[in-house]
Amino acid sequence: MGESKLFFLQSKIIVPKSYLSRLNLATGKVDLSHGAGGRAMAQLIDELFIKHFDNELLRQHNDQALFTPPAGRLVISTDGHVISPLFFPGGDIGSLAVHGTLNDVAMSGAVPLYLAAGFILEEGLPLAELEQIVISMAAAARLAGTPIVTGDTKVVERGKGDGVFITTTGVGVVPEGVLISGERARPGCAILLSGSIGDHGVAVMAGRENLQFGTSILSDSAALHTLVAAMVAVAPTDIHCLRDPTRGGLATALNELAQQSGVGMLIAEAQIPVKAEVKAACEILGLDPLYVANEGKLVCICAASAAERILAAMRSHPLGGDAMRIGEVIADPNGFVQMLTGFGGRRIVDWPVGELLPRIC
Amino acid sequence: MKYISEFRRQDLAQQLAAAIQQTVVPERQYRLMEFCGGHTHAIFRYGVQDLLPANVEFIHGPGCPVCVLPTGRIDNAIQLAEQHDVILCTYADLMRVPATARNSLLKAKAGGADIRMVYSTQDVLNIARENPARSVVFFAIGFETTTPPTAVVIKQAKAAGLTNFSVFCNHVLTPAAMQAILAAPQPVAIDGFLGPSHVSAVIGSSAYQPFAARYGKPIVIAGFEPLDVMQSVLMLIRQLNAGRSEVENEYARAVTPAGNLKAQALMQEIFAIRPQFEWRGLGLIPNSALQLHADYAEFDAEQRFNLPAISASDAKGCECPAILRGAKKPKDCKLLGTVCTPENPMGSCMVSSEGACAAYWSYGRLRA
Repeated sequence: MGESKLFFLQSKIIVPKSYLSRLNLATGKVDLSHGAGGRAMAQLIDELFIKHFDNELLRQHNDQALFTPPAGRLVISTDGHVISPLFFPGGDIGSLAVHGTLNDVAMSGAVPLYLAAGFILEEGLPLAELEQIVISMAAAARLAGTPIVTGDTKVVERGKGDGVFITTTGVGVVPEGVLISGERARPGCAILLSGSIGDHGVAVMAGRENLQFGTSILSDSAALHTLVAAMVAVAPTDIHCLRDPTRGGLATALNELAQQSGVGMLIAEAQIPVKAEVKAACEILGLDPLYVANEGKLVCICAASAAERILAAMRSHPLGGDAMRIGEVIADPNGFVQMLTGFGGRRIVDWPVGELLPRIC
Repeated sequence: MKYISEFRRQDLAQQLAAAIQQTVVPERQYRLMEFCGGHTHAIFRYGVQDLLPANVEFIHGPGCPVCVLPTGRIDNAIQLAEQHDVILCTYADLMRVPATARNSLLKAKAGGADIRMVYSTQDVLNIARENPARSVVFFAIGFETTTPPTAVVIKQAKAAGLTNFSVFCNHVLTPAAMQAILAAPQPVAIDGFLGPSHVSAVIGSSAYQPFAARYGKPIVIAGFEPLDVMQSVLMLIRQLNAGRSEVENEYARAVTPAGNLKAQALMQEIFAIRPQFEWRGLGLIPNSALQLHADYAEFDAEQRFNLPAISASDAKGCECPAILRGAKKPKDCKLLGTVCTPENPMGSCMVSSEGACAAYWSYGRLRA
């Protein structure tokens, strides 16, 4: 929490607790003093962030977390989270900020170690909402076994943020012998998908105020590193690429990998799991589930000989129960991702253009 | 997904494909215009062409509302947003349509104009209510499908005495466009039409009788699902083989001969027919578009802001006009995939997912 940790320490040592009225978590709001480096900021950090994130490294009370990394290659990844609404069916910006970065780290095959978090709070944000987000974040980090060990808080004036923006950074270590990278897809490789697509995007859209439709769909937001570990365990050298199909959905993830590797892909629509409710919501909104975001799914490109073994490992993990083999990597200088449609035809699955927006006819 | 997935079944598609294969006369060509962008989208998205014999050819029609809107009207809309300080509300499809000098609503918005994307006309009314001190204009486009929702909000605004709301009306009429294609001095060779689906639910299948009779072209009203398209193709082939030219209705689950009388009455009350309107690709077509009825003139943004008629030309080399008439195909355009892509559209057909060029580029270029 930047320089404020010093204040936090001071507040513990120099200022008797009774001098401060407790943070009003019931009806209080974030104000500019919470970012001004004074006692109010120290209190916010003390009573909210440190209280919930509590861990050994955070308790060092320094501007940085000091640790000795285990042997191996380190990976680092960072991700900004600006989702609206802040709370959506199946998650919130807090759990998402943990899962999003953990997954980016895990897609290298790494075991995540630690997280850092930067908060940009908008003046006026109810402290009750902030507490709910922090509790959710702490729970997600604890469940994943990846503590949040350092952080920072800033407050911007009303109208200059959207409640709260959270940037998280994660570090992890890649096991010996594992080489997973986006440019390693080769013709003949199998393409695996860990489960149904579109759940997160539809859940978030259902939560937006101008798109009120009832749906029982929950976001799939989840930390995927244990699934990755289970896959790596059965095929440490046969996994070529991993990617979590977040913004832009499965279509974008496959196009990215095809471009990075200079190959084409051929997938079968009939093999791609999509929940009936997601299909229906996409139908109403004129969206294609292939382009709708996921936060708890991964695409794996692996040697065809290892595909069934990896698929079995995925299916025996709680986050990969519906895993499917959806297609194969082919040679194609154009780098097209093609799909056999469920209808029996063939088409290109292109990069998305612009925002996902409902069609008018 | 009940009542939708049934219309995407592969086993039925195979049966229809076999029936079409058996029915076509190998020596002849079947040039079928799918009028609607919704059909174009379905044909490419589901790969329908792969299931048809080579002598059955789709000619993409002008039924994409974004595509046929002339550049001058987008220029007008940008003018409204930039010079009259209004809140301009629009369907998202219009945001990236190229205006004069490489401008667009998206760029105008980035430059500070207050342009908002809406999902429904009711959103516009809410914005007007929430911003009583601002003038709110709805940039209305579309065929008979999107016209009734516009009519409803105009009526509601009048009833509520909402004085800060108006409509920049660009609603156009399907039969007039069909007439223009058929009566062109050098008509494109078209053997039959897949008729509009949602539009026909409003105007009714009988609206097409005059065309079938006068021009001797069979018309089959077709739903937007891929099996609808294939079934309609089979019906058209049967008519052509038998030398018939009738209006048939494949989309009977939604379309009746008379259409939606309530919606028609509402449109008649709120709108009047313009003497003429410019269509991209088809030029000036008489009696082809709607303006606000005199009784509702106070909600007409063109009058309220005294908008000039702007005659703007398309990008040089852009074949959108010929493509919209069915005279050329997207792959005939030199700009396609070079300077004109969905990310950087030069012509309107590359913008909407229903536009022939966008559908071709996104889904079909592997057949090139």
